[in-house]
Amino acid sequence: MSNTNYAVPDGEAKGGVHSITIIGGHDKDGLPEDFTLTLEAGGILCVVGPTGAGKSRFLEDIGCLAQGDTPTGRRLLLDGREPSQEQRYSLDGRLVAQLSQNMNFIMDLTVEEFILMHAESRNLASLGEDFSGPRLVERIVTAANRLTGEALSAGTAVTQLSGGQSRSLMIADTALLSPSPVVLIDELENAGVDRRGALELLVGEDKIVLVSTHDPVLALLGQRRICIHRGGVRRIIETSPAERRNAVLMGELSGKFLALRDLLREGAVLDFDMETFFLEGISVKERSLS
Amino acid sequence: MRLVTFAGPPSAGKTSAAIKTAEALMKEGLTVGAVKFDCISTTDDELYQKRGIPVLTGISGNFCPDHYFITNIEDCVAWGLSRNLDYLFSESAGLCNRCSPHIKGVRSLCVIDCLSGVNTPKKIGPMLLFADMVVITKADVVSQAEREVFAFRAREANRNARFLFVNGLTGEGASELARFLRDAPEVATLNHGQIRFPLPSALCSYCLGETRIGPDYATNSMIARKIEIPPVGEAHV
Repeated sequence: MSNTNYAVPDGEAKGGVHSITIIGGHDKDGLPEDFTLTLEAGGILCVVGPTGAGKSRFLEDIGCLAQGDTPTGRRLLLDGREPSQEQRYSLDGRLVAQLSQNMNFIMDLTVEEFILMHAESRNLASLGEDFSGPRLVERIVTAANRLTGEALSAGTAVTQLSGGQSRSLMIADTALLSPSPVVLIDELENAGVDRRGALELLVGEDKIVLVSTHDPVLALLGQRRICIHRGGVRRIIETSPAERRNAVLMGELSGKFLALRDLLREGAVLDFDMETFFLEGISVKERSLS
Repeated sequence: MRLVTFAGPPSAGKTSAAIKTAEALMKEGLTVGAVKFDCISTTDDELYQKRGIPVLTGISGNFCPDHYFITNIEDCVAWGLSRNLDYLFSESAGLCNRCSPHIKGVRSLCVIDCLSGVNTPKKIGPMLLFADMVVITKADVVSQAEREVFAFRAREANRNARFLFVNGLTGEGASELARFLRDAPEVATLNHGQIRFPLPSALCSYCLGETRIGPDYATNSMIARKIEIPPVGEAHV
């Protein structure tokens, strides 16, 4: 056979990856990117930049374990070491799991059957009852229900779930069952999902979380964010204490908007005093009073 | 010239994956041509041409598509060599899942898409079983769990293959596929070459155009294989 120079992957990597290091390459004009960025398990990095700037390529460089051989020339180290050839061409799911807005469940199964099918492909029974049977289903359903206002049950067909329920189940399933140490999140919508809770769940499972977003609330939830422009990483910004405080405020305001959405859905008339509505219970008000 | 066979069920995304990969190779200054094998009709040749990729089209029509492939691929290789191509992509859709166009010593890919369902990897047969690389498409629209289950089952079917997710719309993964093709074996001729899996043992009146039904018309009953039907009254399993 012609491909004998590539080792064959056998089973999933055990032990996982605790850190990834991204070493800058160059932007679309060939200008060098001067950065080395290490992400540790349990950390969140947000990726911002105009549409077409190269956010997806950045995430793709991580997904394919770039070794200076992608259009950006970036390189990736796993736990400080170069990945082996077999790591690069083995199943993608091993290093990187992806969650995005346009994903759907296509299988005609109940939530329970779905979770058990996923678990079967992982062969996790040896890890104990937390990773098999009803206990596993319960853990994932509970985690999903913490992220959504509308509780889902194990007997529901996955294709019948609402948008918020689907998203919550995907996040909980990825956090607890996906073997990938890195999770890439593309535009996690606010609707029906507690986004802060989602990130906390993933981080709590020691995932390295990368979030690509245009949403200021989400972008400030990470410890750091990188700004991509013309294909290159332009800035790496640490989220400052002031930004964190503002993130809380923006989160509260965005919650208010969601509440308005719910009122609209229920057939309410939105003619009340909105100034009061928006300022009520908002931390900026409390801060100005104190 | 390096020959690469792209096989896979209809609408799996072979043409899109092939074109994105060809573009990645062409960016490096390499030349790529294509042969599109189809059974009924195709307009995919226009897609190749639009990107400046020279293309041959073969429609097998009422001919066994695999037989058609085998008796034509050598001429296609000669065509590619005469044009000094660095790569020739042979793409075959609609071959029945019983066969595969994979040739010994030729880089062989199987393209399957996640939307076809998690049981599909078990149904595809030698196209998947004898591929050097399994290219998985449309992964961006299904959940992470379904993607993992799908990939797991594909690997159960072919433990020797490499696996790669390619997005035919955005081109994600295409540069990695191009890299995998960089060391594909060179082919000067396929004469005396061998396919990786034999064609079915069949030569009967129906192969030759018979349309009537019944034992009177089925010549060579030696190769007739009957469906097992339980006797009346016996429980259906």
